[in-house]
Amino acid sequence: MNDVAAAPEPVRSTRKTGRFVYIASVGLLCAWVLVPLYFLLINTLSSPETVNSFPKPFIPEFDMGSMSFFAGYGGMLSALKNSIVVAVMTMILSISIGAPAGYALSRFDFRGKELFRMLILLTRAFPLPLLALPLAVLFIRTGLDDTAFGLALVHTTLAIPFAVLITFSLFSGIPIELEEAAWTLGCTRLTAFTKVVLPLILPGITASAIFAFVISWNEVFAAAVLTIENRTLTAFLLVKLSEAPLHLKFAGGFILVVPALVFIFAVRKYLFAMWGIANR
Amino acid sequence: MNPRLLPYLLILPVTLFLGVFFIYPFVLVSQQAFSTGGGFTLDNFRDVVSYWKFPISFKNTMLLAAIVVPLQLVLSLLMATMVSKMEKGRDLVLYVWTIPLGISDLAAGIIWLAIFEQSGFLNSMMSGLGLIDQPVNFLSYQNPLIIFVAIALAEIWRATAIMLVILVAGIGLIPKEYYEAAEVFGASPWKRFTKITLPMLRPSLQTALVLRVVLAFEVFAVVAALGGTLFPVLMGEIYSYQFDLMNNNAAAALALIVLAISIFFTLIILRVLRVPKGATI
Repeated sequence: MNDVAAAPEPVRSTRKTGRFVYIASVGLLCAWVLVPLYFLLINTLSSPETVNSFPKPFIPEFDMGSMSFFAGYGGMLSALKNSIVVAVMTMILSISIGAPAGYALSRFDFRGKELFRMLILLTRAFPLPLLALPLAVLFIRTGLDDTAFGLALVHTTLAIPFAVLITFSLFSGIPIELEEAAWTLGCTRLTAFTKVVLPLILPGITASAIFAFVISWNEVFAAAVLTIENRTLTAFLLVKLSEAPLHLKFAGGFILVVPALVFIFAVRKYLFAMWGIANR
Repeated sequence: MNPRLLPYLLILPVTLFLGVFFIYPFVLVSQQAFSTGGGFTLDNFRDVVSYWKFPISFKNTMLLAAIVVPLQLVLSLLMATMVSKMEKGRDLVLYVWTIPLGISDLAAGIIWLAIFEQSGFLNSMMSGLGLIDQPVNFLSYQNPLIIFVAIALAEIWRATAIMLVILVAGIGLIPKEYYEAAEVFGASPWKRFTKITLPMLRPSLQTALVLRVVLAFEVFAVVAALGGTLFPVLMGEIYSYQFDLMNNNAAAALALIVLAISIFFTLIILRVLRVPKGATI
C-alpha cells in the first residue's frame, strides 16, 4: 500500500517543475520581445538631454522634447507624409491587382495554374529590393524617378505575392455553394460576388491591405535607392544615421514601430491562416 | 463572355505587373552587370570581386547568416511547440511573439542601438550593478565582436517571428490523431517531436528557411544602424556602389552575386528538405 501511495509523489513534483520551467520560459520569451521595445519607449518619451545622458533612467519621464524635436527636424514631416502616401498607394495597387488572381486561384481549375503559382512563389525566393537598381535607371527615362508612385510600384512587387496568397486563402474559406445559390436566385457572376462574397471577406481584405501597407512602410533599401528629394521616413532616417543626434533616431524608430504594433494586432486572426495556406 | 477565359482575365493583371516589374528588371540588371557601355564583358564582376571590401563583406554576410539562421530555427521551433500545447493566454502570447514581424529592420537596428550605444541601457544596467565605472563604447572599431553580437541579436529579435508564424501554421496542419496514436504506444514528448512534428513539418520548414535565408543575405538596415561602416555587408556594398561610387554596373554585378547566392541556398534547402512523393498530409 505504501509503495502505491509513495510513487506518484516524485512524478507530481517533476510535473510541477516542468510546468514552472514552461511558464518561466514563456514569460522570458515575452520579455525578450517586449523589453527592447520598452527601452525605445523610454528614450522616445524622454527629453533630448536625458537621452544623451548617462546612466539612463528605467522609467520614462513623459517629456515630449524628443518628439517635438523630431517633428521640427527639417524634412522629417514631409518624409513621414511620403511614407504614408507610398504605403497607401502600395496598399491599393497590391490589393486591386492581387485579389482577382487570388479569386481565380481559389475558384477555377485552369491550364497553367501551377505555373502561375510557381511564378508567385518564385518572387519570394528572390532578394526583391535589388529590383530597385535597374528600375532606378528605367524610372529616370520614364520620369518616374524620385516619385512616390515609382517607389509604390516597387513596393507593390514586394506585397503582391502576399496579396495573392492571402486573398486566395480568404476566398477558399467561402463555400462556392453560397455563390451558386446567389446565381440561382438571379444574380450574375458579378453581382453574386459584390453582394455575397465581398461583404464576407471584407475584414480579411482589410487585413491583407494593412499587411501591404506595413511592407511598404518598413522597406528601406529600395526606398533609399529610388528617392532622393522625396525621401520616405525609412530612407530619410537611413541617410541621417551617421549625423543625426540620438534622440532623433529613437523618436524616428518609435514612429516606425507604432504602425507595426497596430498592424499585428489588427491582423492577428489572419496571420496564421495566411501562412498555413502559403505552405502548400 | 467565355467562362473559360475568365480565370486568365483575372490573373492577367498580376502576370503583367510581375512581367514588367519583376522579370524585366532582372533582365535589365543582368544587362547592366555584363556590360560597361560596350559589349558583353565580365569586367564588372572582376572589379567587384577584387575590391578589398568584397571578401570581408562576403564573410560578414555569410557568417551572420550561419550564426543567426540556425539559432532562429531552434528558437522558432521551441516557441511553436510551446504555443501548440498552450491552453490559456495563447492568443496574447502569440500576439506578443509576433510583434517583431511588423517591425522594420531599420527600426530593429535603432531599438538595439538604444541598448548598445555608449549611454545606452546595457551600460546603464552594468553601471547600476557596479560592473563598470565608465560607460563602455561597445559599438566602436575596437570591439568588432560586440558589434557582431549586437547585430546578430537584433536580427534574431526581429526576424524569428516570421519563422514562428510559418511553423505555428504548419503544426496546426498536422492531424491530432498522429499524436494520440503515438501517446497510446507510449512515445515520449521528445520522440513525438522528432518522429511526428519534425517530419510532418517539412514543407513549413522549407518555406520558413527559404524566406529567412534569402532575407538574411539581404541584411542591410540593421547593420547600418548598429555597425555603420565598421561591419561591411554585401547589401551595404551594393548601396555604396550605387551612391557613393556612382557605379551602376558594379552595383548590378554585385546584386547578381547576391542573387546567385540566394538561389543557390534556396535550391539546397529545397533539396535537403524535399518532401518524399506521396508523403503529404
